Amino acid sequence: MMTIKVKVENLSKIFGKNPKGVLPKVKQGFSKDEILAETGHTVGVYNVSFEVNEGEIFVIMGLSGSGKSTLIRCLNLLNKPTEGKIFVDGENIVDYDKDKLRIFRQDKVAMVFQHFGLFTHRTVIDNVVYGLEIKGIDTKERYEIAKKTLESVGLCGWEDKYPNELSGGMQQRVGLARALANDPDILLMDEPFSALDPLIKREMQQELLEIQSRLKKTIIFITHDINEAFKLGERVAIMKDGIIEQIGTPEEILATPKNEYIKNFVRDIDRTKVLQAKNVMFMPSALVSLKDGLKVAIREMEHSGISSIFVIDTERKLQGLVTIDDAIKAVKENKKLVNIIKHDYYTTGPETYLQELIPYATESKYPIAVVDDKNKLLGIILRVTVLSNLV
Amino acid sequence: MGGFPETLRFQVGIYVAKFVKWLYTDYQSVFDAITHSILWFLIRIEKFLLWLPWWLVLLFVFVVGWKLKNIKVGLVFSLLIFIIGTFGLWDHMMMTLAIVLSSVVISLLLGVPLGILTAYFDKFNTIMRPILDAMQTMPSFVYLIPVLMLFGLGKVPAVFATIIYAIPPVIRLTDLGIRRVPKEMVEAAHAFGSSSWQTLIKVQLPQALPTIMAGINQTTMMALAMVVIASMIGAKGLGMEVLIAINRIDIAKGFEAGVSIVFLAIIIDRLTQGIANRFKYPE
Repeated sequence: MMTIKVKVENLSKIFGKNPKGVLPKVKQGFSKDEILAETGHTVGVYNVSFEVNEGEIFVIMGLSGSGKSTLIRCLNLLNKPTEGKIFVDGENIVDYDKDKLRIFRQDKVAMVFQHFGLFTHRTVIDNVVYGLEIKGIDTKERYEIAKKTLESVGLCGWEDKYPNELSGGMQQRVGLARALANDPDILLMDEPFSALDPLIKREMQQELLEIQSRLKKTIIFITHDINEAFKLGERVAIMKDGIIEQIGTPEEILATPKNEYIKNFVRDIDRTKVLQAKNVMFMPSALVSLKDGLKVAIREMEHSGISSIFVIDTERKLQGLVTIDDAIKAVKENKKLVNIIKHDYYTTGPETYLQELIPYATESKYPIAVVDDKNKLLGIILRVTVLSNLV
Repeated sequence: MGGFPETLRFQVGIYVAKFVKWLYTDYQSVFDAITHSILWFLIRIEKFLLWLPWWLVLLFVFVVGWKLKNIKVGLVFSLLIFIIGTFGLWDHMMMTLAIVLSSVVISLLLGVPLGILTAYFDKFNTIMRPILDAMQTMPSFVYLIPVLMLFGLGKVPAVFATIIYAIPPVIRLTDLGIRRVPKEMVEAAHAFGSSSWQTLIKVQLPQALPTIMAGINQTTMMALAMVVIASMIGAKGLGMEVLIAINRIDIAKGFEAGVSIVFLAIIIDRLTQGIANRFKYPE
């Protein structure tokens, strides 16, 4: 059973001199632009609710001005919400007083910034040590922890350099190490890889996934890159104009985009990196069982207008494949179904990404069979399905 | 016809004069106390500087110049100081230095906190800005008179006048330095649970330090520029020598004292700049 780590309820953030006074106007349904023109207030986030499960990567995706950075800054109260509640481990952090808030920030959340937010007057190790220093951990211990954390992000030997002497990718590793050194439950990442070039970005994404598989933090990750969102996010929230338009797993969003805006977004996405075999497979209406015999097989193929058919046994275990040509020949030669079964098709597990199926789809003449680890047929994927997702 | 109507004349100056007089009569003891504490501080610095053997001063300037820049610079600096000595102006130089030093120290003690306040509170900044402008543009003679009334003749009013003139850069650049700390960096400090004080001490001030050091350099230079004017209210030193030379139309003496001030200015400027550069982080 998944536990809910962060729960946000009806959160709104308005910037300006009298945010609370403007809130009713927003509720009446005036648009962001109208409110800005009329009152000089900026609606950052309006009436946002979502939950984040413990140990999950939750991605908030949106273009600039969509309120995603405002939203993530509410989660550690760098922005004080105008209205709404934020529960972390069941406690509403919006009610925290100054001291409680400081302890919350020291113990439970850490943040990684878009432009790294490193202290340029401190060396790499002194940056990583910062959170522990504020926590009041003694000097020897904090440097030991910092050193280990730096090792875990691959920055051994760079301890005494200054941040500006490092490349962008390495600086963000320092940012990550600084956040991880505090051993927070929740990691807030505000577009951490946006300032990096594409190659380094991909490398850092991999590394984050690798670190996450070890540490199992609750990560809330902001990005404007839909590919990044779908690659990293177990669930993704798409924001526009301060409102969450849709929340769901990448597959759900791809399969059922809620509106035109999201449809436009997912159009650009490289589906083969998001969709897995289980998302595109289907159970064929035409299947033959070993005991059925040749005539049934031919009839089924004729019926469905296909040229090959998968053969299963009584337990739905995949036995092989029969083509229409072989079957007709076999009838003439009085052969049995078992004699003409072919095995030169590809099988795959349900969790395989389409990307990996591309070579199979181009090589094989037959559909790809999706089986579980007991060789039970779960569904088939037509070659055309894989290839069409490339476009 | 074009003249301003005589009936609309309002002599604000009279009220300022009255205000100063009121301060003078009712708060004499306060100003006396301030005078005494500054004087106490100033005299100790002056005594120390005059006590220093001349060769030790040369050696000090040489070593600092060498360490901050290179050996040639060290040699040139100590030579310049040596030349001032040969003019027979050693003691005057030290007296000037004492006034500059105490003015700068007091300017920093007041200016850095004020700069922090203006950076933190925009309203305070709005109030301070015209005041700072006035301090820098008001002809010094104007405030020399009331300062003279309140603090008497001599070194203390000189220090005061110097502070008024020299403190704006340190306030302005502390303010600028703190405002220029990247927003994300301050956010990072807060995000890790730093208190406001910790954020100031551990992040904002260290980040602002190179800028503040540039302010200290400017403040020092402006303090030095005030020595001639300060001598008019009785502060002894190189400025006084210049003043005497002007009164006597003594070109030789005027040249020597003037050149000495220039030499001192060059050395102080390069040294404080050298120190300021030490506080820069790799960019």
